[in-house]
Amino acid sequence: MGSREVLGKIIGIDPDEPSKFGFASKKRVLDISHNVILYLDDITVSFDGFKALNKLNLTIDAGELRCIIGPNGAGKTTMMDVITGKTRPDTGSAFFGQTIDLTRLTEPEIAHIGIGRKFQKPTIFDQHTAFENLELAMKTDKRVRRSLVATLAGEDCDRIAEALRLIRLDREADRPAGLLSHGQKQWLEIGMLLMQEPKLLLLDEPVAGMTDDETMRTAELFVSLAGTHSLVVVEHDMAFVEKLGGKVTVLHEGSVLAEGDLATVQNDQRVIEVYLGR
Amino acid sequence: MRKPLTIRILASLDSKSWLALGVFLAFTLVAVPVMHLAVPPESVFHLSTYFITLIGKIMCYALVAVAMDLIWGYGGILSLGHGLFFALGGYAFGMYLMRQIGRDGSYQSDLPDFMVFLDWKELPWFWTGSDSFGWVAFLVLAAPALVAFVFGYFAFRSRIKGVYFSIITQALTYAAMLLFFRNETGFGGNNGFTDFKRVLGVSITSPETRLVLFGLTAITLAATLVFASWLVKSKFGRVLTAIRDAESRVMFIGYNPLWYKLTIWVISAVLCGIAGALYVPQVGIINPSEMSPANSIEIAIWVAVGGRGTLIGPVIGAFAVNLAKSWFTVSFPEYWLFFLGLLFIVVTLMLPKGLVGLWQTLREKLQNTQAGHAPQGEK
Repeated sequence: MGSREVLGKIIGIDPDEPSKFGFASKKRVLDISHNVILYLDDITVSFDGFKALNKLNLTIDAGELRCIIGPNGAGKTTMMDVITGKTRPDTGSAFFGQTIDLTRLTEPEIAHIGIGRKFQKPTIFDQHTAFENLELAMKTDKRVRRSLVATLAGEDCDRIAEALRLIRLDREADRPAGLLSHGQKQWLEIGMLLMQEPKLLLLDEPVAGMTDDETMRTAELFVSLAGTHSLVVVEHDMAFVEKLGGKVTVLHEGSVLAEGDLATVQNDQRVIEVYLGR
Repeated sequence: MRKPLTIRILASLDSKSWLALGVFLAFTLVAVPVMHLAVPPESVFHLSTYFITLIGKIMCYALVAVAMDLIWGYGGILSLGHGLFFALGGYAFGMYLMRQIGRDGSYQSDLPDFMVFLDWKELPWFWTGSDSFGWVAFLVLAAPALVAFVFGYFAFRSRIKGVYFSIITQALTYAAMLLFFRNETGFGGNNGFTDFKRVLGVSITSPETRLVLFGLTAITLAATLVFASWLVKSKFGRVLTAIRDAESRVMFIGYNPLWYKLTIWVISAVLCGIAGALYVPQVGIINPSEMSPANSIEIAIWVAVGGRGTLIGPVIGAFAVNLAKSWFTVSFPEYWLFFLGLLFIVVTLMLPKGLVGLWQTLREKLQNTQAGHAPQGEK
């Protein structure tokens, strides 16, 4: 028995599941043969009796750009928590592609298999520079022993510089991220997401606090990402949703109320009642 | 081409820091021995044994403070149980010192005096090999590492954070203290270990031995500062501060905080163990009071006073507080705890970045006034 197996036995970890040791499993390969990247099936999450999600069913196609709208408390953020492993559903299943069961993985594991998440409130590392923020997010071996000896290769610096240009922070590269404007922080977080090279991006109100100009540029960026990436965008800004142009899902009280293109959804009588206001 | 790791570790300090370290080592390794041995006692330049023991002791504390800063200042995890790791290192090395007494104890027995007193006939199993310097040196590192690993693994895996973690570490060191107070535990009960005679066969109280221990402590402290400086500037250090500032973001970009926290936690504990092992032969005693909750809190105060999140801050804090303590406890012994409490309140309320932060603020102000009234392009 090798030391890893012994350690695994002691701390109750299956040594054939190396991801528990902090790195991505090679066995988990995303299978999108049915052209679907995410299945949420019959998911229920309740907090003290309150059903944040109530038998939610949702599928996202590979390469799709999907907008999720819904009034406060509709379960949008909880849905993202379930997908990223922060919250475990009481019932139901969540699959990434055909084979990967998300409800059995931890947050870092889910990040490694290719799901990136942007929080509602920009969550970046204030004390680190914009450059360092992107460096930390960059897709690489993220185990402790690699981090201890890691140095940046030339191509890594080039990738970070490229991302900085894309999010228009190349002049702010060496400033502590905490000093950036709100909109710049949002962009930095989007940049961090891209550095992870995810297959599926979950974006919670990505344009909150942005100027109109920044909002439009963000929309262009997302549209250009669709196809090669799948995106799920939660947003209240209808102009932004319109600009994105994808399919829209309306959540209400933890389940899907309506689905379709924006015009259809906006004309749906139930949606008008609960969300677009009377 | 990637540079070898040793080069990168040495390159992590700038020239100013190297200069400061050089001055520190020149003072502790050359000036202090000369002033102790060669300068006659009448001279004002003579350094007494009291001074050497005091500074040697405080350097051990400074080492603990740096270890504390790694976990608290950089990792954002406040441990109020670091006295335990310090004591474990001290006890491990104390076992060796007890065996070095040989038959020169009060009872002229092969067993340490306290065991004879308890009417034990042979050494307990965990004293096996305690007469070997090599084995004990290993224990000095391994005992704190093992306790820290097991405790840390379960605490961090359960995602225990903030004040809850602090309280549990406080309880841990308190429980250990009660355990070590018991005679049956086999570590000398409330008297602990004392009356050491020799280390590596030479007298432990001779001036030369004292100076060697003093010099070793200085070298260890300097080496720890170089190592810590490299550690916090490595990518590991950046991930660590990122965990401190936004742990959930770190998880969602694919790092498992458990292993990062556990690594720095174990490193910190091992550094404390080394400090304890250097402390015991210089001070000549180790007993369970080193594990008392108040001691561990004091460690946090040193770091807070000096300035956490900087590496020089904890060293300054350990020196400032302990020099004040040795003066107070001689001049106004009954007021020391009041002063310590006051100091903690003042630092918390007015100097969140400690003495180092105060110095930086003053320097900036000075530069601003020097820059004069000429309007600046940027603020």
